[in-house]
Amino acid sequence: MSSIKTKQEDIIEEFSMFDDWMQRYEYMIELGKSLPIIDEKYKTEDNIIKGCQSRVWLYAEMDENQKIEYTADSDAIITKGIIAILIRVFSDEKPEHILEADTDFIDEIGLKEHLSPTRANGLVSMIKQMKMYAIAYNSQQNQA
Amino acid sequence: MINTSEQILDVEKIRQDFPILQREINGKPLVYFDNAATSQTPKAVIDCIVDYYENKNANIHRGVHSLSQIATDAYENARETVRKHFNAKSANEIILTAGTTHSINLVANGYSHFLKSGDEILVSAMEHHSNIVPWQMLCNKTGATLKVIPMLNNGELDLQVFDDLLSERTKMVFVNHVSNALGTINPIEEIINKSHKVGAKVLVDGAQAAPHLKADVQALDVDFYTVSAHKICGPTGVGMLYGKEELLNELPPYQGGGEMIAEVSFEKTTYAGLPHKFEAGTPNISGGIAFGAALDYMNAIGFDKIADYEMQLLVYATKALEEIEGVRIYGAKPEKKTAVLSFNIEGIHPYDIGTLLDKMGVAVRTGHHCAQPIMSFYKIPGTVRASFSFYNTISEIDVFISALKKAKSMLS
Repeated sequence: MSSIKTKQEDIIEEFSMFDDWMQRYEYMIELGKSLPIIDEKYKTEDNIIKGCQSRVWLYAEMDENQKIEYTADSDAIITKGIIAILIRVFSDEKPEHILEADTDFIDEIGLKEHLSPTRANGLVSMIKQMKMYAIAYNSQQNQA
Repeated sequence: MINTSEQILDVEKIRQDFPILQREINGKPLVYFDNAATSQTPKAVIDCIVDYYENKNANIHRGVHSLSQIATDAYENARETVRKHFNAKSANEIILTAGTTHSINLVANGYSHFLKSGDEILVSAMEHHSNIVPWQMLCNKTGATLKVIPMLNNGELDLQVFDDLLSERTKMVFVNHVSNALGTINPIEEIINKSHKVGAKVLVDGAQAAPHLKADVQALDVDFYTVSAHKICGPTGVGMLYGKEELLNELPPYQGGGEMIAEVSFEKTTYAGLPHKFEAGTPNISGGIAFGAALDYMNAIGFDKIADYEMQLLVYATKALEEIEGVRIYGAKPEKKTAVLSFNIEGIHPYDIGTLLDKMGVAVRTGHHCAQPIMSFYKIPGTVRASFSFYNTISEIDVFISALKKAKSMLS
């Protein structure tokens, strides 16, 4: 199993321990609070993803092992909790693996509603932006 | 307190009229406090739509057959109901549109033929985007200048600045009767009077006022007044533009098509008279008829009773909300607004509150409410907005308040 898939399975298992929505959300709020915050210098207009409801900042760098490190932030804590989950899954991964992966596990942990475009919290665009970074770094690698 | 409020209206009986109020959301009874976005629909209105398609469906204003006449009569009766409700002089002054946004765009498009560079139009700082953007487009097209009537910290308009802004250059003034984001009831009588003194025309967006108070367009002497049926227990996609007959006669048609013509040839087309000049194409017939049924339903309950009852809900909810530490309510005091509470809890994002309230079955609106200038004014990303209707209850407010406390403790 790919490393991304393993991480997704781990998350599904963690969430299966919760009995109700309240525990799930309390956990997400905790995750949101513990999210390594994006470096202030990257919290720029260029890196902002404007949702109608909440805003998201996303930045990505390629490390020496040719893996992408994502950092992000949001002004809403529940959005931040979901960002933390997405970063755990996609960060420290090679661009080609990020491009192959999907986000179906979000449905399985009962958070599907947060990835709905009508929710306008910036998360749908954030995932798109994560993939865009992967495409960009991937083509950079291929050129090199 | 609880007893008196229940006595103004028989709310339990009224709630039986609304099928949707019986349903659950996320396993909890629905507490619907997003009435300023759209109101729920009583059975009488739903039945009216069903009856139309089961018994009356035909195209209107054009068939010689009986069914077409039945449908036409029902549609025109609805227009008459709307006229009566807003006390317009003539049914010619009631244009049935797709809603407030459509009504505003219709007027903005018409005035693009009359305005020129050097003219000024005033718009209030607490407008919905639909009462800002069409006028910006109008200014871009004509070279007229858009000026803003600012708002004060208490959620009211700064009428002193309004006085200063008014001049013989002012051609039009746009203001909402009630603010969608804050619920403020604006002093439109004064705004209309003063605007008329300099010869400016006034369009009042009545979308948020209509559910709570009955506007008399003749008494107000307003030039244009707009309403959406879906905020007053009617269906979506239908609404009203009221305009004084002489002004509507001056305005060129908005859209060309069937229904709006008198005679057509390839050399020249003459337009139909009012109101049909502005109603090109087959309209939302069932929606128009149901709009009339919605007004009948609300008038049977009575707008005075509705206003008194909603005020009690608002006062009760305001007091309960103010007792929660860190709450800041935006906008005017209850006596100066409709049943809307726009608020934040210190250090918590409105999106988080809205998300958790939804999990507990409480529907509120969060965000900038399509009124970003107000949010910029208060320097906030948005608010949580709870908006009440006559079918809401004190016990629902109790559910909302305890859900809010729960959300706060989870998020702090």
